[in-house]
Amino acid sequence: MTDAPLIELEGITKTFGTGPAAFQALKGVDMTIDRGDFVAVMGPSGSGKSTTMNILGCLDIPTTGIFRFRGMEVQALTRDQRSLLRRRYLGFVFQGFNLLSRTSALENVELPLLYRGESKARRREAGLRALDMVGLVPWADHSPAELSGGQQQRVAIARALVTEPDVLLADEPTGNLDTERSIEIMQLLSELNAGGITILMVTHEQEMASFARTIVHFRDGVVERVETGHRAGTPVGGRG
Amino acid sequence: MFGIMGATLLLSLREIRRHLLRSFLTTLGIIIGVAAVITMVTLGKGVTASIQDQISSLGSNVFIVFPVRAERGTPRPFKQDDVDQVAQQIAGVVVAAGAANSSATAFHNGQNWTTSVNGVNDSFLQAQSISLTQGRMFTPAEETAGQNVCILGPKVLAAIFVPGVSPLGEEMRLNSVPCRVIGVLEERGEGGGGQDQDNVVMMPLKTVQRRFTGNDKLQYFVVKYDASYDSKVIQNSLVDLLRQRRFLQDGQDNDFNIVDTAQVNQALGAATGALTAMVAAIAAISLLVGGIGIMNIMLVSVTERTREIGIRLAIGALAREVQLQFLTEAVVLCCLGGMVGIALAFGLSYGLSAAVDVPFAFDPTINVMSFLFSAAMGIIFGYYPARRASRLDPIDALRHE
Ligand SMILES: Nc1ncnc2c1ncn2[C@@H]1O[C@H](COP(=O)(O)OP(=O)(O)O)[C@@H](O)[C@H]1O
Ligand SMILES: [Mg+2]
Repeated sequence: MTDAPLIELEGITKTFGTGPAAFQALKGVDMTIDRGDFVAVMGPSGSGKSTTMNILGCLDIPTTGIFRFRGMEVQALTRDQRSLLRRRYLGFVFQGFNLLSRTSALENVELPLLYRGESKARRREAGLRALDMVGLVPWADHSPAELSGGQQQRVAIARALVTEPDVLLADEPTGNLDTERSIEIMQLLSELNAGGITILMVTHEQEMASFARTIVHFRDGVVERVETGHRAGTPVGGRG
Repeated sequence: MFGIMGATLLLSLREIRRHLLRSFLTTLGIIIGVAAVITMVTLGKGVTASIQDQISSLGSNVFIVFPVRAERGTPRPFKQDDVDQVAQQIAGVVVAAGAANSSATAFHNGQNWTTSVNGVNDSFLQAQSISLTQGRMFTPAEETAGQNVCILGPKVLAAIFVPGVSPLGEEMRLNSVPCRVIGVLEERGEGGGGQDQDNVVMMPLKTVQRRFTGNDKLQYFVVKYDASYDSKVIQNSLVDLLRQRRFLQDGQDNDFNIVDTAQVNQALGAATGALTAMVAAIAAISLLVGGIGIMNIMLVSVTERTREIGIRLAIGALAREVQLQFLTEAVVLCCLGGMVGIALAFGLSYGLSAAVDVPFAFDPTINVMSFLFSAAMGIIFGYYPARRASRLDPIDALRHE
């Protein structure tokens, strides 16, 4: 088990719609991701990055092909089984932050623990610890509307971290942020990665991708090229 | 498991508070339905109880016969002979007894009190199942001789007698007629005609006829019959006999009226049945309307919160957990509506009972049932929206808006 790669994709295809309206977004994706990796997925718009991320995040299943997560064949699981898998092993960060608007930062962070059946005290403790990791403890009682975009995304990261997931999936996490905030987020992700979390991230900015160890380039629903061997946390090229 | 249930409950309350006006308007159907049903049932029970009380004061299996004006002239009264013939000739009649009433001022202990004087014999008290709290009834000797003995209604006792001292054997005066107290009546409340049955003094029939009304007429008489007989048959014989004795020709209307307490009871039962059916109809309509309102607002809520649902699903909520969340919200909403309705009904039925002067017949069963019904409505009409929420695709839901 421990020898098996964390994630294996074999001949993954994804077709949306049926009949003449059918559209094949993924045309045979093969990929292996090891534990502890920091993967950036790049590629032109419409090349299938998000579709792949949704499959990797167990939110969607491939039309054909095999997706193994920790050796488990995810495409064979039921909806609820995939929910349990997400609950246990995965954390999500979205481009649009996706925080619950009328609840405090801390309550947002505690939310995943609720579905794990943790007690109120445990939720609070773990929630504050996660907020501490993103440096937002003083903002615990503020609602998302009272926070800047960068702060909101850090709350979202804390929410993804609070369950101590194996994998953090982030689809364009800096897409709504300016460069400075984006770099802060990337530094945070790098630190988390250094702490052992596997990170899968979609970005179309070279500067952000350079924080990753592995860069996967998509084109037209297939993996075009894989760059490995970046040193995580060290952006290639300067700013500007 | 409590963690998620408690949190779900809190979340529901918070959602409801966030849209307080909307929640209130949504549950208005349930509030009105519950309030209407409980108020009508409570009032209905109060009215029924009050009427039944009055009827039971007439005694059961009893006809009350009184003269009415026929074509012209004054009503022809009955005489003792009529009553005796009814008792003798009609099979199934247990007791027939007449009454002659008058009013008088009662004097005792230097005080006076206006009351009515009922001339009756023991058989009358028997027929109407009237009992005493103190003393005894009239003896046959007192009845035949028309002696000056009397039985007091509780109000007369309270008005002019010394509290705590037995009135038995005391002398009092009714107008100028002296009489000796031999008993006290039980409390009976208001009679079928609305008269106060506790503000009376009863004396032997003959005494009243001789000393008060001054004739041998009866105002009315009561006929108690054996419950194993068909009341219709007895009533028909009664009508035939009385028509014959009052020389009515074929085609002439009865110049007397017969009230059958059993019939009044039946009519009351039918009225209560109609009331119940009406309540059920109101309940059904308002609950349907209320339920559709709940369903509508829950569907709106699911649409508004599609992204939230997407987030919850993405972080690992199970379909049934999302479903439970929305179902809980619908049930909590309905239960709150039910509670408001119950409180409203309490105030309304309390006030209306007082206004129409019937007892406030608070019925715990209908209150509990209405509450449970509200909760059930939440489940029934919240089910579809909750199911819809739980079936959302997390990716679509996250992209929503
Ligand atoms: N639910 C869907 N229904 C139909 N087509 C879709 C759906 N999701 C994505 N697509 C299509 O699949 C292709 C890949 O989309 P996506 O994976 O979102 O690309 P990107 O690389 O920009 O993230 C696009 O052409 C998109 O229009
Ligand atoms: Mg995309």
